[in-house]
Amino acid sequence: MEAAYSHPKSLVPVQSKYCPGCGHGIIHRLIAEVIDEMGLQARSIITNPVGCAIWADLYFDFDSVQPAHGRTPAASTGIKRMLPDHLVVCYQGDGDLAAIGTAETIHAANRGEKFTTIFVNNAIYGMTGGQMAPTTLVGQYATTAPYGRDPDVAGMGYPIKVCELLATLQGTKYLARGAVNNPVNVKKTKKYIRTAFEAQMRGEGFTMVEILSQCPTNWKMSPVQSVEWVESSMIPFYPLGEIKNTLQPDPAAAAAVKPAGVR
Amino acid sequence: MSEEIRLMKGDEAIGEAAVRAGCKAYFGYPITPQNELTAYMAKHMLDKGRTFIQAESEVAAINMVYGAASTGARAMTSSSSPGISLKQEGISYLCGADLPCVIVNVARSGPGLGGISPSQGDYFQSTRGGGHGDYHTIVLAPKSVQEAADLTYEAFSISERYRIPVLVLADGLIGQMMEGVVFKDEIDPASLPPEPFAVGHQAETGRPNRHVTSINLVPEELEKQNIVRFERYGQVKKELTRYEEVQVEDADLVLVAYGTAARVCLGALQDARRKGLKVGLFRPITLWPFPDAAIGRLAGKGSRFLSVEMSMGQMVEDVRLAVNGRAPVDFYGRCGGMVPSEEEVLAEIERILGKRS
Ligand SMILES: Cc1ncc(C[n+]2csc(CCOP(=O)(O)OP(=O)(O)O)c2C)c(N)n1
Repeated sequence: MEAAYSHPKSLVPVQSKYCPGCGHGIIHRLIAEVIDEMGLQARSIITNPVGCAIWADLYFDFDSVQPAHGRTPAASTGIKRMLPDHLVVCYQGDGDLAAIGTAETIHAANRGEKFTTIFVNNAIYGMTGGQMAPTTLVGQYATTAPYGRDPDVAGMGYPIKVCELLATLQGTKYLARGAVNNPVNVKKTKKYIRTAFEAQMRGEGFTMVEILSQCPTNWKMSPVQSVEWVESSMIPFYPLGEIKNTLQPDPAAAAAVKPAGVR
Repeated sequence: MSEEIRLMKGDEAIGEAAVRAGCKAYFGYPITPQNELTAYMAKHMLDKGRTFIQAESEVAAINMVYGAASTGARAMTSSSSPGISLKQEGISYLCGADLPCVIVNVARSGPGLGGISPSQGDYFQSTRGGGHGDYHTIVLAPKSVQEAADLTYEAFSISERYRIPVLVLADGLIGQMMEGVVFKDEIDPASLPPEPFAVGHQAETGRPNRHVTSINLVPEELEKQNIVRFERYGQVKKELTRYEEVQVEDADLVLVAYGTAARVCLGALQDARRKGLKVGLFRPITLWPFPDAAIGRLAGKGSRFLSVEMSMGQMVEDVRLAVNGRAPVDFYGRCGGMVPSEEEVLAEIERILGKRS
């Protein structure tokens, strides 16, 4: 009998250090499943960011490179340029991507670097214990926004919609936003990851999947409350779906409809 | 060695040497006085189908180096002083992850934006690590266009041998002046053996996973890693320390100078010798490791020292450490982009030796 569900080969079978209810583990699994399905385990490299996912190298069963905080896209650029036939996964949190590493993100995207960014938007700094992130919602509490994020107070500004921000750049070919708060969204997110990875391997340009991810510990919620908060508070502000898709039409489908002999 | 002598700017000669050394990836950001180097790499790396990126900042450039070096490729970046300050974060990570690479600093005057004229004010930053944590980079200091080309060429293999980033510290004068230069043979990057730490190509080799990282949260383990790295530094000190000595054996006063300042000192030495003053020149070629044993030997013979620098006095501290109280150590320097003249150095020599004419 064929196994319908099992542990992905690209994920080391160990207990993760992530907190109960954290989204990183689900996202790791989705990445590993897609890599398995594409047969790319031995041709994948992940750049694990400074942030909670710095431990990603313990979990993904392939090579990894750990760069400085926010410099993940620059390091991924160097790796992908040297190994263009490899799948390079640039894994980043919201602090890494949209605060300290904003310049590296925008310019890697604008150059159309051919790696895929997996952007885990948990609206908070997880690893350092719940400080305000660039994606923290207005009114949301953080240790550094003790009265809630107020755009007018203490220079807190507004939450950044990264997909929409990057969509104006010509180097970006695929920008999608998913979530991992319920099975339907998990399935859609997996599809976005697959589309992005396939586009990367075809060398189309910059691809990114932003994933709204729950952080019960720093949101000071139970895991159940946190998935509900993603639905009630995050998704209304950060709409899900393919924000930009200028990929070539599916090459396999295009080839299938093309009559023989026509080039 | 192709014996053709080419007349070239230092910046361009450094670029040509790097291309010939098999540099596969160059990442840079414009800054004077090293712009000709970045432009040279743009043209010649792209012509050869290699990677050239004008990065969005020096921070990005050094981290692109980090990524490329992780794959085992010969990778390089260059800049001048303010840009090198920005690279320090990345250099610390490269050292923490034991990755090889070549960094060129065509130094200008500071602090801050300072000026675009040559300076040796980056000596402390270069030889003390520069970024956070316990580490060193290997620092090579050329005095001519030829030596800048030779040291850059060799920097790649030195860096790989020890898995330590190599910093080529030239000053703006070396970068901007034109001299004759002969280049070493071209190395095909594809002919270089794979590095034992490099990520990628697991499909072909089936080897276990590799993780390029500098993190270790277990104090006992991190201490051990640092100790092992310092054992390697000890090996570098033994094997790589380089310097040039001119007429030091009978010298009452040894000038200690590197790079452009050493060329000025050579002229001053010749003038002094003509006046019957017993002056020698000690020129460190490796600033780290610093040739302290060789200076110590001269101190033991009774010479006194004059450190001549294009700074307010930085290398002089290493000279004093090497001399360790056995002889007087004086300092003469110009800074802010000023280059000391032979006459100024000669006057200082005469003052010290008590024969002011
Ligand atoms: C240069 C630098 N500044 C600050 C830090 C501290 N730091 C570590 S992780 C982190 C925030 C990570 O947040 P995010 O990127 O959102 O990822 P998460 O932990 O939430 O997954 C910070 C500020 C650091 N390691 N390096």
